[in-house]
Amino acid sequence: MKLSFSPEDEQFRQEVASWLRENLGGEFEKLKYRGGPGDEHTYPEERKAWEKRLAEGGWTCVGWPVEHGGRGCSIEQQVIFFEEYARAGAPGRMGHIGEGLTGPTLIAFGTPAQQEKYLPGIVQGTEFWCQGYSEPSAGSDLANVKTKARFDEARGKWLITGQKVWTSLAHESEYCFVIARTDPESVGHRGLGFFLIKMDQPGIEVRPIVQITGTSEFNEVFFDEAECDAEDIVGAPGEGWKVAMGLLGFERGVSTLGQQMLFQNELDEIVRLAKENGAASDPVIRQRIARAHAELKIMRYNSMRMLSGQSGSDGALQKEALIYKLYWATWHRNLGELAMDVMGPECEILEDGPYELGRLQSMYLFVRSDTIYGGTNQIQRNIIAERGLGMPKEPRGAA
Amino acid sequence: MEFAFTEEQEMIRDTAASFLAQVSDSEAVRRAMETEAGFDPELWSRICSEMYWQAIHIPEEYGGMGLGYVEVVAMMEQMGRYLLCSPFFSTVCLGANALLLAGSEEQKADWLGRICTEAATVSVAFNGGVNRWDSDAITATWRRDGDNYVLSGDYRYVIDGHTADALIVAAREVGSQGDEGISLFLLPADTSGVTRRWLPTMDQARKQAAVSLDQVTVSAASLLGEASQAWPVLEQVLDLAAIALAAEQVGGSQRLLDMTVEYTSERVQFNRTIASYQAVKHKAADMMLQVEVARSAAYYAACVAQELLDGGELAGELPEAASVAKSYCSDAYFAVAGDALQLFGGVGFTWEYDVHLYFKRAKSSQQMLGDGAWHRERLATLLLDEEGVQ
Repeated sequence: MKLSFSPEDEQFRQEVASWLRENLGGEFEKLKYRGGPGDEHTYPEERKAWEKRLAEGGWTCVGWPVEHGGRGCSIEQQVIFFEEYARAGAPGRMGHIGEGLTGPTLIAFGTPAQQEKYLPGIVQGTEFWCQGYSEPSAGSDLANVKTKARFDEARGKWLITGQKVWTSLAHESEYCFVIARTDPESVGHRGLGFFLIKMDQPGIEVRPIVQITGTSEFNEVFFDEAECDAEDIVGAPGEGWKVAMGLLGFERGVSTLGQQMLFQNELDEIVRLAKENGAASDPVIRQRIARAHAELKIMRYNSMRMLSGQSGSDGALQKEALIYKLYWATWHRNLGELAMDVMGPECEILEDGPYELGRLQSMYLFVRSDTIYGGTNQIQRNIIAERGLGMPKEPRGAA
Repeated sequence: MEFAFTEEQEMIRDTAASFLAQVSDSEAVRRAMETEAGFDPELWSRICSEMYWQAIHIPEEYGGMGLGYVEVVAMMEQMGRYLLCSPFFSTVCLGANALLLAGSEEQKADWLGRICTEAATVSVAFNGGVNRWDSDAITATWRRDGDNYVLSGDYRYVIDGHTADALIVAAREVGSQGDEGISLFLLPADTSGVTRRWLPTMDQARKQAAVSLDQVTVSAASLLGEASQAWPVLEQVLDLAAIALAAEQVGGSQRLLDMTVEYTSERVQFNRTIASYQAVKHKAADMMLQVEVARSAAYYAACVAQELLDGGELAGELPEAASVAKSYCSDAYFAVAGDALQLFGGVGFTWEYDVHLYFKRAKSSQQMLGDGAWHRERLATLLLDEEGVQ
């Protein structure tokens, strides 16, 4: 076991940090610490400009292979990049769905033509993506997709009809990837297709969802015979579930280290506040802050184990990776409660009317979604028990 | 960065596991724990002559194997898993560490040599019987008498104190307070004026003793390190021991989880295995989460401990890493043990099943060297109290 980074990696860290120092100022100064989870609705245009600036410096898609336009960074370098990015307070990435999900999926499952058509816009920070998975009747039961895809021979295109929900940044995106049923007779995970769809077309309507925070970053997206070119299905019709599940595997990567740096920024703010307002002398608050601190430290060590370890030969997640979502989501939800209890009665008072939340207030409300999206805590526990411990699968109701 | 065991470390761990599976089954644990000494001397001598575990991280110049603390931690994890009854923890994780960090060349050559070649056992006594694990725990005193030192006072919670061949005791100069005036002395067990008494414990698989010093007069040759300067080094010894305990807690928690999954997968109620009920699965999932998180904490702390022994750049992280690991692993082990007992149902409440052995160990190791709350308060002090808060 070895914890330290090599001199070359430390050099790389300097390079990232100094680039961010030089570029994250001027017009981008106001973006610092903005645009993260719960704050994704802020400064969309400025953050798109920031994506272009990143691209000019070669700082988008750092983990992608060089032949696809990425930087080809090692795992260590990716860790360093995400850590320094968050440490500098650089804004939440508008391009994270394209970079983290669409790109790796196309690199793994896409045709050369699809790669050529879609990857450059992601690398250059000019084209943005959203994710069309969940539906009103397909939440935890993701395979219960009702959206249909019918191939129209006359037009030579797929026509998509149905409704997606919880689609973040749909109103800011050029494209959406969508799972839809290609075989109308099918149920469950069979008979699905994985489509790449242009958002700017008459068959698509985006309606923002007003959230618990009073703001909107999630949307409902309605498809009414929306068109998708014949060559824009990834994998064969009926293979959509395989592609979709492969994609979810890309979600648990090195960016977890960057996420933890955002958590650290939040915890630092809580510690600062506790020192200022005297909460730091309350024995119960001291215990809770120390626990949050310890558990965040361990979150990092756990990620280091995840990144150092090899997946099983069947590609199955290791145990420390299986528990990760449940662990961080629960930790973050607790942090929200801690933030309010450190603020005391001030936690009720808003920055401005009618409903202008402060950063910690917004965090406190938004973290309630952490234990719900991307597999609820209850679904996570099923997965851990079944895949991690080999306990019996949940019985399913009749279709 | 490579945060995983090397192949060699995996081999050491696996060898330990298969040896322990043979020599430390439920029957062997129960036999040993019912004796006052708390371990089988024959097994200990086998461990010391065949396996050489007692010498694992002692440098080769003193007759040891010269491996690192990561290896110690890997062993402790397996010992926790099999509840090995032995003086390994007191001798290797307390006594040997005190000698390594504070001993003179002569003392190291002598006592580390005896540990390596004669299966000698050494424990550390410092706590005067209070629920504190900082320098205020030390109530025994020393005073000078010409060139000699005279020691008086009482200790409790001395692990294997009634059987150890030597005791390293901490005492404070008469009238001193806090971190000041602390000295360490190495006392062979037969030193005149030393009385030792076995303290029967709820966790029978780890023995504790009370030690009394009544005007014990020793020469300066017994002093371990410099007089009055011992607190910082003793604090490091206790942190190293806490990290080893954390690893033991990981091993115990993992074993409980394995036992629970096995039991609930066999036990049938309402014509289904109880493992098929979500209420049971979700508890098991929470147990697994705590076991894996605890493991990450203990392994990281092990690396920091190694850096301390090597003089590496992360050495300064020792107090934080130890408190992070000890607080999380202690509370995780106890929670997992409670859940295991619950999921075993009625049989988990019996003497016959092994659950209670782990349940009891979880509590004794949670309390030993500071419980979760104590270590969190230590972290809170590091986080919140610098630059004069208030």
